[in-house]
Amino acid sequence: MHDFFYYIQLLLAGITVGSLYALIAIGYTMVYGILRLINFAHGDIFMAAGFFMIFISATTSIYVSLPIVLILTVILGVAVERVAYRPLREAPRMSVMISAIGVSYLLQNFATYYTGGLARPYPVIPFLTREVTIGSMTVKALTIITPVLTVILVVALVLLINRTKIGMAMRAVAKDQNTARLMGIKINNVISVTFVIGSFLAAVGSILYFSNYEQVTPTAGAMPGLKAFVAAVFGGIGSIPGAVLGAYVIGIVETFIKANNDYAIFSNAFTFALLIIILVFRPHGLFGEKLTEKV
Amino acid sequence: MKRYIALFLACFMLVALVTGCSGSSSSSNSSVAPSSSSSSKVIKIGIFEPASGMNGAGGKQETLGIRYAHSVKPKVTIGGVEYTIELVEVDNQSDNSKAGSAAQQLVSEGVSVVLGSYGSGVSIAAGQIFADAKIPAIGASCTNPQVTEGNPYYFRICFLDPFQGTVMANFAYDMGLRKAAVLTEAGDDYSVGLGHYFAQAFEKLGGSVVNVQFQSGETDFSATMASLVSEGIDVLFAPSSIESAPLIIKQARNAGLTCPIMAGDTWENETIITNAGDAAYDVYLSAFFDPNDTSAAAKEFVEGFTEWLKADNTRLTNNGGSTGVAGVSALGYDAYMVALAAIEAAQSTDGTAIRDALVNLKYSGVTGECASFDENGDAAKDMAYIKTIDLETGTFKFLQTQTVS
Repeated sequence: MHDFFYYIQLLLAGITVGSLYALIAIGYTMVYGILRLINFAHGDIFMAAGFFMIFISATTSIYVSLPIVLILTVILGVAVERVAYRPLREAPRMSVMISAIGVSYLLQNFATYYTGGLARPYPVIPFLTREVTIGSMTVKALTIITPVLTVILVVALVLLINRTKIGMAMRAVAKDQNTARLMGIKINNVISVTFVIGSFLAAVGSILYFSNYEQVTPTAGAMPGLKAFVAAVFGGIGSIPGAVLGAYVIGIVETFIKANNDYAIFSNAFTFALLIIILVFRPHGLFGEKLTEKV
Repeated sequence: MKRYIALFLACFMLVALVTGCSGSSSSSNSSVAPSSSSSSKVIKIGIFEPASGMNGAGGKQETLGIRYAHSVKPKVTIGGVEYTIELVEVDNQSDNSKAGSAAQQLVSEGVSVVLGSYGSGVSIAAGQIFADAKIPAIGASCTNPQVTEGNPYYFRICFLDPFQGTVMANFAYDMGLRKAAVLTEAGDDYSVGLGHYFAQAFEKLGGSVVNVQFQSGETDFSATMASLVSEGIDVLFAPSSIESAPLIIKQARNAGLTCPIMAGDTWENETIITNAGDAAYDVYLSAFFDPNDTSAAAKEFVEGFTEWLKADNTRLTNNGGSTGVAGVSALGYDAYMVALAAIEAAQSTDGTAIRDALVNLKYSGVTGECASFDENGDAAKDMAYIKTIDLETGTFKFLQTQTVS
């Protein structure tokens, strides 16, 4: 009863959603890989990027605001690390996690206070929202741009980690912080770079995500953040290709569940059931390395 | 050294907490009841409304109506003594799980009457708390039948969802539309209830219905809309929160769904027009009130309220940045006036006495007959205003009144 293009359309929508989750999931997985910290504030940094865009584009043109938003989001991400995580570097891991949850609530409540808690319309970015026609389908340009951009960014990131000096330092810190420090690696700098990359990708994701859904609320980061977290766990937290793959699986499957009117309601249930199943049967995820306790 | 810093920080936070609290409470006192320092007596009215969350925009408009009513009549006489009315506002965050603590806060503040809430779910969640505390509550715009059912302390001055659903079903059917999709938000009593009554009435008329539910907080409707396009529906009925509305409208149009989109009273909020933009064509909704109503009471309210809004920029922002008069503001105004009439009739600040006075109260306000409650505590409202969105002016345009025969 559905034609071929209907399924292509769903697949495209699923890939777009998956790409957006992927951009956020990389932030989770990188920070976890290096600090063994689940940065719960990551989804809220994504939300904050949305509000930055709204407020900055109100005073200047879209093309000027795009780089400003990216820079501000990176500054916010690094500032969070400086203020809330770095002082706790020697503290038990649980303390840092609680601090992350605190930052998450702080950002949400600050946004609620500052904006009055209401949804704000996201500015239209013409080259993302204009419509393009492929065959007999008309889709927004960002449906095509999002996955392409995501793949480019992921490839660039993997090259950065595997081929550059800072990438080598990151891998070393992820393996063993103390040894890395003995080898003369400035741990704090490496961690800051991690947050720079994570926040930058969250900002790119935020621009694409909110261009698609066109309004920002103070809690807008919570759900995408959670989904991206599940994606990161599914792919094996700490592994970048794993997080990307997990994000695409979740995005595409969710979209197809939503397209079935009888089961649409179960789309979130699927995602979180997946989290439980993965944690029970394969706690280190698809590509995650098995954690061996150091003695 | 570190210990001293920690100690200092802890002290600082404690001080900030204390001064922050006292600061806010004194400012609310001074803004609401400037003469409370003199020996005049005070009666408290609780405002149980969302100021944030899915329905924050609507709650703010309803609160504006109540505040305006308060500015018109800030005092009440009980037993020959003049009482100053103090408004106590809490934010229930449009969240059923937070409604209880917000309601409890009002109870411990010792309010005599409660007004609200926008959104039926939070009202249902808090109803028992008000009943247990023997504080009468007057719902301004909560339309779900369960709000007042079996709760002797909850009253309501607007029409109900079985009525509203039937009105919209009749309206859709009269337009020649035969196949409807009903899109509702799971867990939102208002959305699910109204969708159910619409579907029931529409099927009774001879139409067919496709039911779809989505999770609260959902932002991606593209797959749902794609499937509805392939179903070939004639009309989409999507009673939902103010926050979801623009997403639904835009993504429906993006997916190529060009049919009329309809909803209930919550959609009468101008932030939806702002956020949905050009996609908001062919949108119809039922509303409580028409600001162009020619009755003397309505005219006086609209003029006074518009002036009052213009006098202060925060008020305008809370109204969605425009001077449009929303139905819920009118209902908020009426709810306050009904509460006042009940307090005067009871000649008491006691909740139970006010509740008993409400049962037999007759009051006609700007939105029509507001009191004269039936055995459930519901007003006898039998008319809805069907409106559409006028894209050129960015406002809601009145189409027709509709009753159920």
